[in-house]
Order: sequence, then C-alpha cells, then structure tokens
Amino acid sequence: MTDLTKLGVAAIRDGVASGAFKAVEVAEAFNTNVAAAKVLNAFIVETPEKAVEAAQAVDADRAAGKPLGKMAGVPIGMKDLFCTEGVQTTAASHILEGFIPQYESTVSANLWRAGAGMLGKLNMDQFAMGSSNETSYFGNVISPWKRGGGDNAALAPGGSSGGSASAIAARLCPAATGTDTGGSIRQPAAFVGISGIKPTYGRCSRWGIVAFASSLDQAGPMARDVRDCAIMLEAMAGFDPKDSTSLDLAVPDWEAALSSDLRGKKVGIPKEYRLDGIDEDIAAMWDNGIAWLKDAGAEIVEISLPHTKYALPAYYIIAPAEASSNLARYDGVRYGLRDLPDGAGLQDMYAATRAAGFGAEVRRRIMIGTYVLSAGFYDAYYTQAQKVRALIARDFEQAWGVCDLILAPTAPSAAFGLGEKTNDPLSMYLNDVFAVPASLAGLPAMSVPGGLSKEGLPLGLQIVGKALDEQGVLNAGLAIEERAGFTAEAEKWW
Amino acid sequence: MSEYRIQGETGEWEVVIGLEVHAQITSNAKLFSGASAAYGGEPNSHVSLVDAAMPGMLPVPNRECIRQAVRTGMAINAQINAWSRFDRKNYFYADLPQGYQISQLYHPIVGEGEIEVILDEKDADSPRKTIGIERIHVEQDAGKLMHDQHPTMSYVDLNRCGVALMEIVSKPDMNSPAEAGAYVKKLRSILRYVGSCDGNMEEGSMRADVNVSVRKPGGELGTRTETKNVNSIRFVMQTIEVEARRQVDLIEDGGAVVQETRLFDPNKMETRSMRSKEDAHDYRYFPDPDLLPLELDDAFLEECRASLPELPDAKRVRYEGMGLSAYNAAVLTAEAETAFWFEDLLAQGAEPKQASNWLQSELFGALNRLGKSLDESPVNPAQAAELLKLVSDGTISGSIAKQVFEIMLETGQGASAIVEEKGLKQTSDTGAIEAVIAEILAANPGQLEAYRGGKEQLFGFFVGQTMKAMQGKANPGVVNDLLKKALA
Repeated sequence: MTDLTKLGVAAIRDGVASGAFKAVEVAEAFNTNVAAAKVLNAFIVETPEKAVEAAQAVDADRAAGKPLGKMAGVPIGMKDLFCTEGVQTTAASHILEGFIPQYESTVSANLWRAGAGMLGKLNMDQFAMGSSNETSYFGNVISPWKRGGGDNAALAPGGSSGGSASAIAARLCPAATGTDTGGSIRQPAAFVGISGIKPTYGRCSRWGIVAFASSLDQAGPMARDVRDCAIMLEAMAGFDPKDSTSLDLAVPDWEAALSSDLRGKKVGIPKEYRLDGIDEDIAAMWDNGIAWLKDAGAEIVEISLPHTKYALPAYYIIAPAEASSNLARYDGVRYGLRDLPDGAGLQDMYAATRAAGFGAEVRRRIMIGTYVLSAGFYDAYYTQAQKVRALIARDFEQAWGVCDLILAPTAPSAAFGLGEKTNDPLSMYLNDVFAVPASLAGLPAMSVPGGLSKEGLPLGLQIVGKALDEQGVLNAGLAIEERAGFTAEAEKWW
Repeated sequence: MSEYRIQGETGEWEVVIGLEVHAQITSNAKLFSGASAAYGGEPNSHVSLVDAAMPGMLPVPNRECIRQAVRTGMAINAQINAWSRFDRKNYFYADLPQGYQISQLYHPIVGEGEIEVILDEKDADSPRKTIGIERIHVEQDAGKLMHDQHPTMSYVDLNRCGVALMEIVSKPDMNSPAEAGAYVKKLRSILRYVGSCDGNMEEGSMRADVNVSVRKPGGELGTRTETKNVNSIRFVMQTIEVEARRQVDLIEDGGAVVQETRLFDPNKMETRSMRSKEDAHDYRYFPDPDLLPLELDDAFLEECRASLPELPDAKRVRYEGMGLSAYNAAVLTAEAETAFWFEDLLAQGAEPKQASNWLQSELFGALNRLGKSLDESPVNPAQAAELLKLVSDGTISGSIAKQVFEIMLETGQGASAIVEEKGLKQTSDTGAIEAVIAEILAANPGQLEAYRGGKEQLFGFFVGQTMKAMQGKANPGVVNDLLKKALA
C-alpha cells in the first residue's frame, strides 16, 4: 500500500472520493507522523482525535452517498493564530497560554465545512512577528532541511508560518493554513521547498484570526504544490459579513481554471529587486524562472517599481503601529495570563502581565508602534509611511500598464541557521524585503519552489498578481512548477 | 442675549462656554456588535465576543447608529460628510476591553451646523441666539467599573461597553449658564424629536463635558478647563457658575488657570481637578484598520432626510399660525412628547386653541398632581378629544368637564359614558331655566333691588346662583340670555 503521507491535497481528496482508501486511514497515517516528529516542534497542540473524527464523518458521508466537500478527507495543520473552538489558541505567546476560544475562526470553519480535519495547532512566531520561528514562546520550530556536506546545523523554517512550513516539508500534514502580513506564508514556503499563496487582501475573512496588523493580515494556504494551494484557497476564501474588510465577491473555481499556458501574458521583472550584492544562487534561480515563464509562452518585460526601497521601512512603521493597538487587549483583565503582584493596582497589573506575557520581539514592536503613533511623531512616521504605502500601490498600478504578473525571488537568501540572526533584528527584517511590497499593496502573491542553493537548500520564486487575479498567479506558479522539476525533499533525520 | 458678567475685584469678567454633549444613540444593538444596547440588565448580560475584545474579533458598523447620527446632523442643518472614517483612541483602562475606543477624530460624520436657542421661552420677545455646532462624531461608550463588590478588587460590567454615542461638539458660543442650559434643553428636544437619543440624563443617555474659560469682556480667550460627565441641565449651569467664579478668583489672586480636566461635585458646589495636561493621555489616534471608510450614498442620505419629523422650530411657527400664543406654542413644542400628544388630540378632531388650553392647564395640572409623565397619562388623546368635543358641542359646560375629567382619571371611563351615567348633560331647556331664575329672583329680593338700582356687578351673583341650583348643568349662554331678560 502507498504511503498515504506522501500524498497531497488533490490526491487524498480524489483517493477518498474514489474509495481507494479511507479518510480515517489518511488521518491516522498523518497522526503517526506528527507523533513521531516532536523534535521538529512544529505543533503546539496535537489533536489526533479531531483529525480522526473529521475523517470518520467524511467516510460516513461517502458511504451514505452524500456529496463531499472540496477538502473532504484531507487532514491539515492549523496555524495557532486561528481561533479554534475548544482547542487552545495562543498565537505562540505566553500571554494567551491556556486560552481556549468558544468560537471558531471563519477560515477554519470554512475548512471543516469542506471536509478537512485538524491534526493540531501549528507553532509560529509569536503573534506572527518574526521570520524564523524563534520568537515562539513554545520554542522554535526546526526545519527538516539540512545544509549539504555534513553540516548538521539546525535551520530556521522561516516565519512566521514556520510550523506550517516545517510540518508540510516533513510530511506531517499535506497542507496547512498560514497567514501573511509581510511574507509570513511566502518566505517559510520558500525556505522549505513548498508552495504558498497569500490571496488578495479581503479574500479570506480575518474574523477569528488573532490580529497582528489588520490592514495587512491575510490568511492563505501552504501545500506541496500549486493545485493543492488552489483547492485549499477555494475552501478558505469567501465573503464574511463579520469582517468589514472582507470582499463581497464569489470565490472563483481556481482549480478548474488552472493552466500553465501563459501565452499572451506579460511578466514584469522589477529592476529594483536586483539589489547590489544579490545572492548568486538567488539571481541564478530568478533567471531560471524567467526562462521557464518564457517557455510557457509569457512575454518578459523589465519594469520599474521605484519606491521599492521604502517598502520595508514603511512596513516596519505601519505593522508595529497597528500591532501596538491590536495587542492592547491582552491586559490580564478578561482572559489569558494575569500577573498580579502583591498590592498591585491596575497599572501595575498591566505592566507585570504584559512584561511577562509578551516575548522580546513582540515587546519591541509594541514599543516601535507606540512610538510612531505618539503625539509629535505621528506625522513624521505613520502619516509618512501611509503616503509611501500609497506610492507603492501606485508603482504596482503603473506596472500593470505594461505587464500582468511580476516575477521576483521570494526571499533574498536560503534558510539561515537558528540563532544566526537573533541578535540582529534588522538583518532579520531584511528577509521580507521582496515580500513586503505586495503586502502593502494588498496584492495576491505566491511562492513556489525554484530550485536549490549550492548548499542544497530550497529557494523560492515569487509571483505577484493584480488584485483579485489569484488565477493568473496560480497559473504562473503552475508553469514554473512544471518546468522546475523540483522534487527534492528533506532527508529524514527526525 | 443677556450680558452675564462675573463681578471681580478688578472689574467684570465674561465667561466663554463650549459644550461637548455625549448622547447615547437610540438603537437595538451596539455600534459595532449585535449585543443589546438596552439600559440596565444583569452585569455582563449584554456583551458579545466583540465587546469583550476576544482575540480575533472584528467590529462591523451598525447601520442604524450611522443613520441616527446622520438624521441628527440633518436636524441641526449640519454638513453631512458622505465620506468619514473611524479612528482608534488608544488608552488602557479596565472598562475598555479593546484597549482603544473606536471614535472619529480626523473625519467626523457630521460637520458644522447650528441650533437656535431662546433664553426665555415664555417670553415671545425673548432674544434668540444661534449656537454653532462644530461637529458630531460617532463613538463607542466604555463599560463600568464597580468598586463596591469586593474588598480589594474592582468588578467590570461591560453592558454599556460598545454602545453607540454621538459626541456633539458646540463652538464656544455661549456666555452664560442660562444660555448653556437653554442650549442643552434645545439640543435634547431636537434629539427626542428626531428619535436619535432618548435624552434621559438620569440614566446617563446624555451627559456633557463643560468647557469654561473667562476673559475681560471682548479680550483674548482665557485658558479653558473641561469639567467631565455633567449629567443634568441644572448641574451644567451650576458647573459654569462655580468654575467661572473659581477662575476669576484664581486669576485675580495672581494665579493662572491650568488647562485640565475637572469634576463637578454638586454636594460641595465646586469643581475639582481630575488630571492636568501634563499627565494627560497620549491617545495615539490613528485610522482603525479593521474598518473601511464610511461612505454614504445619495439614496441613504435621502432616506435619512425623508424620515425626519417636523422639528420644534417649524412646529412652533405652525402652531402660532393656528392662533396659539407664542408662549403656548413654545410650551407645546419644547418636548417632542407634548407636541405628539397635542397633534394626536387635533387628529381626533379637537379644536387647536381649546386643545392647547386644556392640555396645558387641565392635563398638565392633573399629571403634576399624580406625579406622572405625559406618556404615563391615564387618559389618552382619543379619550381627551371625546371630552373636549362634549364641551365644544355644548353637551357639557367647562366646569362639568373638569368633574368628568377627574372621574376619567380615576376610573378610566369614557367621557360620554360618565356624562350619561351621572346625568351631567347640560340643559338648554329654557322653560326649566326660566323657572329656576324666577325662584332665585324671588328668594333674593335685596340683591334684585340693588341690581336694578344700578349695582350691575350682581349679575354674576345671579348667574352663580342659577348654575348652582341647576347643579352646573345649565348651558351658561342660555342662562345669561334668560337672566338678562328677567332682570331687565
């Protein structure tokens, strides 16, 4: 019998539907892998019984001849940023340790309704703030990948959706949810050789997702290939009246319209992304990507996104500003951690609770955000950053005059070792340099594997599309996937 | 208006007043959640996941609250901003679960407008003054802390948390306690007409932040203080009196007014410092990224406008046109409930002047005696109209009507039924009246002689005696006519 954990979303869905195997068998196979991979620390909470329960329901439905959902029989990992009813949700923080929501996020509810089951809650950077998974209160996730040549250093799976990335790469789950505020789906996908898409801002409801930066946060799927991402995104997306920023649009049938024929499409190559001192492997992969898209029929054009260099600074003003306010609710009054020193008053309780409950990176961003919003600095930082954001959106608008899609690297380097950048937040922030512009503009963007570095580590290619053109992004991703022939896998050591 | 001046040692001082009125918007649900906005309720029984700021919860604007704010703006002839935006006002407090209040700093929904106030509504010639409105914005109320439930802890009740408020900000256009009082009264009246706020200051549905400064008449504006959460019109006026006096005394003693937030203590009749500018919060306002800008289309605005009732000023003019005195028209229109009651009476066929007089003397008198408000009146407009009709068509006299009304108040019976049952119908039977008159004249020869001798004031005496003998049921007009004949 085939190893069910080698299968992706489409294969599992089709196998369950055709009766080739039972959904319960799939759930149990992945449960076994999850249980055996504790060293990767990909999960904060494991919920094998939930996975089996959902699978049993799917098997029963199939036996009863009922129609099956888009994700029927597919067990998935759920990033711990999504509130899950009855299952601890912490955003990988101490302040929410032990918090068990009485409600289910819209996106996760959509997935369960589509027949998916939950293997567990995935580890991540605390409150989605980080690019390496080292800011988790529950310890960092470890990538299943190792550099070649006997280098045994533990590598970062990227972040903030690092648990999702690591779990998929290690075949602990065929797919997982991610969230992307400034690259948190795309960068970890690139680091572990999988695919992930951040849809247009507003495609997926934010209701029930622990907020980091509201104007940027967007949920999306992470999976082994483009088709799996398309299937899962269909299940996740949709209008939600509970989220005022949700788009009131029908969800397209992305899977059915997948096509790697890019004839008639123009792909822009932004010259500003070719930074001085760009990593050689990255540059080479990018060139390969250009060749593959040409081969798929696309016309390649050079474009300019002149305000690119201001994107990262603007992002690191806007995101912390929103975060400083969004995280004010974690105050020890109603739920989560409360640190109440003897004789403490309200202000002391706030200070003690938040000092104990938030990790260093979260505290840093709350302080940055508080600073940039404070009287006398607001215009110089926040207002200015919003202007830059508008200019970046305009850069893209102008680019769409000459191209349909944009191709760029996902991250400036392959995965780095755990601890390598911990003491240098700026170099950590630079990891998101290619990812952040699309986030600021609210555009759909995807990372697909583009090859391996000299050290044998995965590298990702990023495709950015026009607002609402997830189809164009997925199709270009598929064209790359078909030509890149990326089959490398982390050698099992865990 | 009046030249209100504070007499100081160095001469006269002028007071400059601006008010920020917080009015709770009448709506079933809260501003951004589906929880009930009803007053009262067991602590924390009207709280949604959004109000409690659970992780991942998002606000969704309540269309009805927006509609009410727009209608209010229209009622004060204000500029309505078809594009407005919500901002977050950030501060930590236990009654504020989100850690920020969603408000509108930069782009309020309603811009400049104005309200005309009359200082003395009883005086038709009382001067009028137009008070400018700076803006109206919509925001969330906070919860309530309870400090008396536990020896060392405070409890939090989130029922009010997230309830929609309008903050109505006046320009510093008022110069006396009376003007400020008249302004709040008028504003409350407009809100009640529009139905956007019940104006109930006791339940906290309306409260005012009172900004006061003093200056030498016509001089530069002085430093202002803001006295928070004043919850009655009387207290607003008292706050201004004592705070202006305090500022004058302070300045004349060589001190300086500090820009600060104060509280009014009605027991000690003083204001006290709450916090000064130095330790004022930095609220770090910024646009709420969970909410899109609020854009109002023409159809929505048209619906808001079409749903506005006739407002007090227009009503007053119309009533005066019906022949009512300026005073009566002002009394009838000052409160929406009175005007609506009055119009119900008219709709039932009552004659305007008669209805106005009866409502203001008989009904208000009775309600006053019973300690009831108009909406608790035991007699409804239809019943009252029935009574008034009996008077106007001559079935009963005015004095019998008073008796009938008393019985109506006690028993809830209809006027016609009472008149029928008690045989109170007035008589115009000339034969019966003439007979009684003859008896009265015979029984009072002295008065008769005096009258005929020129003491014509005695006519009233004979009318009284006749009416008394007929137990008030004689038609007074007929009695007059017949008496004149008999005495001639």
